[in-house]
Amino acid sequence: MSQFVALVGRDLRLAFRQGGDWLNVAAFFALAVILFPLGVGPEPELLARISAGVLWVAALLAALLSLERLFQPDWEDGSLEALALMPLPLELQVLAKCLAHWLSTGLILTLAAPVLALVLHFDFAGMGALVLAMLLGTPVLSLIGSVGAALTLGARRGGVLLSLLVLPLYIPVLIFGVAASEAASLGFNPQPALLLLAAGLAAALALAPWAAAAALRLAME
Amino acid sequence: MNGQAFLAMGGYARFVWPAYGVAAAVLLILAVWSLASYRRVKRDLAAREEKSPRKRKGPRGR
Amino acid sequence: MARLANPTQFLKLSAALLPWCAAAAALGLGLGLYLALFVAPPDYQQGEAVRIMYVHVPSAWMASLVYAVMAAGSAVGLIWRHPLAHIAAEAAAPLGAGFTLICLVSGSLWGEPMWGTWWVWDARLTSVLVLFFLYLGFIALEHAFDDKSRGTRAAAILALVGVVNLPIIKFSVDWWNTLHQPASVFRLGGPTIAASMLWPLMVMAAGFLFFFAALLLIRMRSALMEARLRALAFGNPG
Repeated sequence: MSQFVALVGRDLRLAFRQGGDWLNVAAFFALAVILFPLGVGPEPELLARISAGVLWVAALLAALLSLERLFQPDWEDGSLEALALMPLPLELQVLAKCLAHWLSTGLILTLAAPVLALVLHFDFAGMGALVLAMLLGTPVLSLIGSVGAALTLGARRGGVLLSLLVLPLYIPVLIFGVAASEAASLGFNPQPALLLLAAGLAAALALAPWAAAAALRLAME
Repeated sequence: MNGQAFLAMGGYARFVWPAYGVAAAVLLILAVWSLASYRRVKRDLAAREEKSPRKRKGPRGR
Repeated sequence: MARLANPTQFLKLSAALLPWCAAAAALGLGLGLYLALFVAPPDYQQGEAVRIMYVHVPSAWMASLVYAVMAAGSAVGLIWRHPLAHIAAEAAAPLGAGFTLICLVSGSLWGEPMWGTWWVWDARLTSVLVLFFLYLGFIALEHAFDDKSRGTRAAAILALVGVVNLPIIKFSVDWWNTLHQPASVFRLGGPTIAASMLWPLMVMAAGFLFFFAALLLIRMRSALMEARLRALAFGNPG
C-alpha cells in the first residue's frame, strides 16, 4: 500500500514540478473552449445548446494530449524497467500512475469545467450533473488512455496512433457524459447516464490495468 | 417485374443499388487484393527456393 | 487441433479446403443475390428498400463474427503462443474491416429512406462505428513497430480490450430503445422474420461466411509463405 502511495506521490511531484503539465492541460482546455464563442458567434442560446458537447470534447482532447507523458518519460530514461522490478505488481503500478495522471489532468478539468461552462452560457440547472459526470468520466479517460499509451510506447508516429486507438474508445464516455450534463436543461433525469458512466468506471478499473500492464511488459522486452 | 420496374426498385433505386454496389466493390477489392498478394508471394517463394536448396522437409513457419 | 499447429499440415489442409470454400462462396453469394433481388417479396411497409437488408444484415453478422475470430486468435496467440493464431487474427482483420464498412454504408443507405436520416448516434450504430475503428487500430498497431513481433502482440492486446464492444453491439438494441430495430433473427423466441425473407437472408449469410473462410485461408497461406520467404532471405542473403 505504501509503495502504491509512494508511486502516486512520485508521479504527482513530477507532474506539478515547475508549473508542470497540469498547467498545460488547464490552459489547453480553457483555450479550446474559448475558441468556440469566437468561432460560432456569441449568441447565448446557440452557445448554451452546444456547451455540454464543447466542454466534453475539449476535456477529451486535453486528456488525450497529456497521455504521452504517462509512460514515455519513464520508458525513455529506463526508470520504467526499474519500477517493474518493484515488488508492487505492475497492474497496481499502472493504477497508481492512472491515479496520479487523473489528479493532474481529469480533476483539473473537472474543477475548471464549471468556470468555463459560464463562458458558454451553460444552463446552471445541469451544473451538478456536469461535475458528477466529469468526476466519473475523466478517470475512465485516464484508464483507457493508459492502455493506449502503453500499447504505443516507441511506435512510429505514436502520437497519431494513440489518438486513433483511444478516441473511438472514448466515444461512449463522451455520449453519456454529454447526456448527463444536458439532462437538466432538456428536462430529463441524468441518473441513467450517470449510472452508465459509473458502470464504465468500474469496468475500466477492473480491466484497464491488466491490459496496460500486459502492454508495458511487451514494450519492455 | 419488368426490367424498368426492377431497376427502379419501387422508387428506392438510389438507395438499393449503391448498397449492393458498395458491397460488391468491397468484396471484390478484398478478393483481388488477397489473391494478388498470394500469387506474388508464391512466385517470389518459388524463385527463392530455386536458388537455395531446401535443408529440411517442411517450412519453418514462424 | 494439434495437427493444424504445424504449418505444413495447415498448408495441406487449407489447399484441400480452399476450392470447396470458394465454390460454396460463389454458390451462396450467387444464389443469395438472385433470391434477394428476384424472389424475396417486397416489404409491406418498406417496399423494395427492404432488399438492402440482404446485404446489410449478413455483413453486420460477419463484422462481429470476424472480430470474435480475431480476438480468439489473439487470445490463443498471446496465451499459448500457437504459431498460427496471430496469423489468423492478422489475416482476418482487413476482412472484418471490409464487412463493417459494408454494414455501415448499407445501413446508412437503408436509414435515409426508412428513418429519414443518414446517421444517428444510437447505441448500435455508434458501437459498430467503434468496431470499425478497432479494426483500423488493430491493423495500424500491427504495422507500427520495426519489430514485427511487438506489433503483432500489441495488436492482439488491443483486440482483446475491444471485445467488450461485442456484447454492447449485440444487446444495445435490447438495452436502449432508440432507433435501430431490435433483433428479429437471433433471439430467444426464435426468428420473427417471415420465412420468405429468412431464407434469402440465410443463403446470403452463408455466402458471406464462405467468402470470408476462403479469403482467410488464402491470406493465411500468404502469411506463412511470406514468413518462409523471410526465413530463406535471412539464411541466404544471396
